[in-house]
Amino acid sequence: MKSEQQYIDLYGEAADIIKSKSCPVMNALRDTAFETFRSQGFPTRKVERYRYTDVEAAFAPNYGVSLSPLTIKPSPYIFNLKDAPEDIAALYGSVADSKDPITALNTALVHETLLVHVTRNTKVDAPITIDYWLRGEAATMMNRRILILMETGAEATIIINDHAADKQRFLSTQVIEVICRDNAHLDMYEIEETTPLCSRFSNVYIREGRDCSVKHNSITLFNGQTRNLCDVYLQGENSEVTLNGCAIASANQCIDNNTLIDHQVPNCQSTELYKYVVDDKAVGAFAGKILVEKGAQHTSSQETNANLCASPDARMYTQPMLEIYADDVKCAHGSTVGVMDEAALFYMRQRGIPETEARMLLKNAFMGQVIDQIKDEPLRARLYVKVEKRFRGELDKCEDCRLCK
Amino acid sequence: MSESNEFVKKVAEKKYEFGFTTDIHTEIIDKGLNEDVVRLISEKKGEPEWLLEFRLKAYRYWLTQQQPSWAHVHLPEIDYQAISYYADPTAKAKKGPNSLEEIDPELMKTFDKLGIPLEERLALSGTAVDAVMDSVSVKTTFKEKLSEKGIIFCSISEAVREYPDLVKQYLGSVVPYRDNYFAALNSAVFSDGSFVYIPKNTRCPMELSTYFRINARNTGQFERTLIVCDEGSYVSYLEGCTAPQRDENQLHAAIVEIVVMDNAEVKYSTVQNWYPGDAEGKGGVLNLVTKRGELRGTNSKLSWTQVETGSAITWKYPSCVLRGDNSQAEFYSVAVTNNHQEADTGTKMIHLGKNTRSTIISKGISAGKSQNSYRGLVRVGKNADFARNYSSCDSLLLGSECGAHTFPYMDVHNNTATVEHEATTSKINEDQLMYCNQRGISTEEAVGLIVNGYAKEVINKLPMEFAVEAQKLLSVSLEGTVG
Repeated sequence: MKSEQQYIDLYGEAADIIKSKSCPVMNALRDTAFETFRSQGFPTRKVERYRYTDVEAAFAPNYGVSLSPLTIKPSPYIFNLKDAPEDIAALYGSVADSKDPITALNTALVHETLLVHVTRNTKVDAPITIDYWLRGEAATMMNRRILILMETGAEATIIINDHAADKQRFLSTQVIEVICRDNAHLDMYEIEETTPLCSRFSNVYIREGRDCSVKHNSITLFNGQTRNLCDVYLQGENSEVTLNGCAIASANQCIDNNTLIDHQVPNCQSTELYKYVVDDKAVGAFAGKILVEKGAQHTSSQETNANLCASPDARMYTQPMLEIYADDVKCAHGSTVGVMDEAALFYMRQRGIPETEARMLLKNAFMGQVIDQIKDEPLRARLYVKVEKRFRGELDKCEDCRLCK
Repeated sequence: MSESNEFVKKVAEKKYEFGFTTDIHTEIIDKGLNEDVVRLISEKKGEPEWLLEFRLKAYRYWLTQQQPSWAHVHLPEIDYQAISYYADPTAKAKKGPNSLEEIDPELMKTFDKLGIPLEERLALSGTAVDAVMDSVSVKTTFKEKLSEKGIIFCSISEAVREYPDLVKQYLGSVVPYRDNYFAALNSAVFSDGSFVYIPKNTRCPMELSTYFRINARNTGQFERTLIVCDEGSYVSYLEGCTAPQRDENQLHAAIVEIVVMDNAEVKYSTVQNWYPGDAEGKGGVLNLVTKRGELRGTNSKLSWTQVETGSAITWKYPSCVLRGDNSQAEFYSVAVTNNHQEADTGTKMIHLGKNTRSTIISKGISAGKSQNSYRGLVRVGKNADFARNYSSCDSLLLGSECGAHTFPYMDVHNNTATVEHEATTSKINEDQLMYCNQRGISTEEAVGLIVNGYAKEVINKLPMEFAVEAQKLLSVSLEGTVG
């Protein structure tokens, strides 16, 4: 049986319940999204953007769908979309690619949306934190949705943590839509620390106006199967975007990051740095496309992907792409898959550092390049420790979440 | 600006140099493709039963396949029934020409005009030529001289007759008929091409070359080249191509197979100058070819060098399968697109043996309204310990309406491998232009100079006579792109 059938059946049975727990703007898109999903089904590996992830297999097990409500602590910035004014609620679904089958499935099944709204010229000092805990007695599917609206001149840091609290099979789909109005500055972190039983499908869509800067960091510390998609649309001049990624995979874990930076207007800048360490039988995949549309002159773009394969059975796929339709641009990408520097290892061993320790140091230094760029000081310090613990194999449960303690 | 306008006008009037047609009696079979046509081609060539079977199997497989659409080109709907699959300009002579006297003087004139003299005394002494027009090999020069060394250089039809065992052993062993849609089509209807066999421990004393010419209207060219370089041998092989100027698209779907044994080395160079279509993008050759070399032996070496300036659409990925331990492969490419040309070209390096090394240097130049893409795959297999790859792809944009794209794929299944890829896209450096202008070099000339310098890394890899031609081609292809 094709695995989409159970979701089609599910929608037939549960659509009314989901609709009753949801709000009108979300229900308005639901049926169309479901139709899109039904007509396409799950993407096969022949679909270019999904060639490294077996989507059908990930969705094949029988999951119960979680409809538990969002818990929002009183905050001036975080709301439930249900309570949002009409003009803001209308932005729901306006950035996401409605043709993407995972986004379509999420739109059809998700019941609540978290809204992060930073008002005009507001500078939020402390990071806004969103924690997701995957909990359940049986195999559970969660559908999550976030809408982030940064008004003109707003500034904020948002940290989204993804934890699994129970040793259960979990499947999560997530769609995050980010709208940055002119001169907004957003620093965004997504940190995944789940378990090998978890599958995560996350689609992030970011739209930038004039003079914006957005930094998106995707950090996968511990997972089962992860597929992260991040699309950025630069629609106003003089904006910049930085996409950073840190992916550490061991055992049978899979991490697939797929990004698109779409330069639609002139004078924008993009930087991308993704680093992977794949060990044991893990599979890492990176596909990043820089698209410079016609007329987007004076674009400057740099894409880097560096990968370490640490075991004979590890596999790495990388695909850095440039698609350029304007002539006055400076675009470059570089990608490497390699081994640890033998000379550096030898140097350290000469000085009495045992080989395993020396390898650890090198791996840490390798990832350090991504962590170094984290602006939020406490988070950076925490991640240094976490990355090191991860390499030492000490990070098998999510450390600072209160549920695991 | 007026200066550049004038120049653009001048170039617009300039025609594709090799766009003439030869008025010659050509025997063309009826248009269309079916099993009878496949049988007819095989019969005309007097082929043995096994080859007919091979063709039919390929044809039946082709019928089950669909034209691929993944490349970054706008391939027009090809009506495979509107093409004639066999055109023989030598039909007058009964058994095919054996000596120069039997070749139609018109044919001789054509090749003379193309700068490919078929009379050995006139030829550049260092090059043996196999001249192929439409579906038939017209003449192969220096055959006797080469055979003294045991080297076989002839058309593939002749090889099927004279050396059936060799052909049977290697044909389809590198590019099987199931490889892709166009390979299946070629396997079913292939006509002439060259066959080269270099025996053990032989260094081929001259450059071998094949010149392909499409002349007849509404035909396609489906040549097939097979090169086998036995242990410890060396050969350098060149390929050139042109076609007349026509309003409709012409199909060219070729296969080149190369087998390299222990300690052998093959150098394959192409200067591709098929008719690119006019400034409005009308007509031109659809160049859809499958080229692949297999480095079967240890310490074997294969080097592809290509200069792609012609064709309306290019779909071409000369590849290497590095099976032998310590084998080395290289790919050097300059692809120039202008007007409405579209090119999707690159390479595949499949590392299977230990200590294998590959280098990819690709330079794309786009001008006018053209689209130029590099698409490459580097795959390191599980057992390819210490494999090493370096790829560098640069694109140069000359005009605001063209596009340059890079689609590299790297699949690494071995932790001792080192794979590196880097790519840049930019336009011509203003400072360099300014520097030239200051010294009295016009912008037009300066662009030529800079582009030639940019492509030098690749052009240097070509044999000398070809390098000169390639450099000229480069400047002709790009004229009128400034302003």
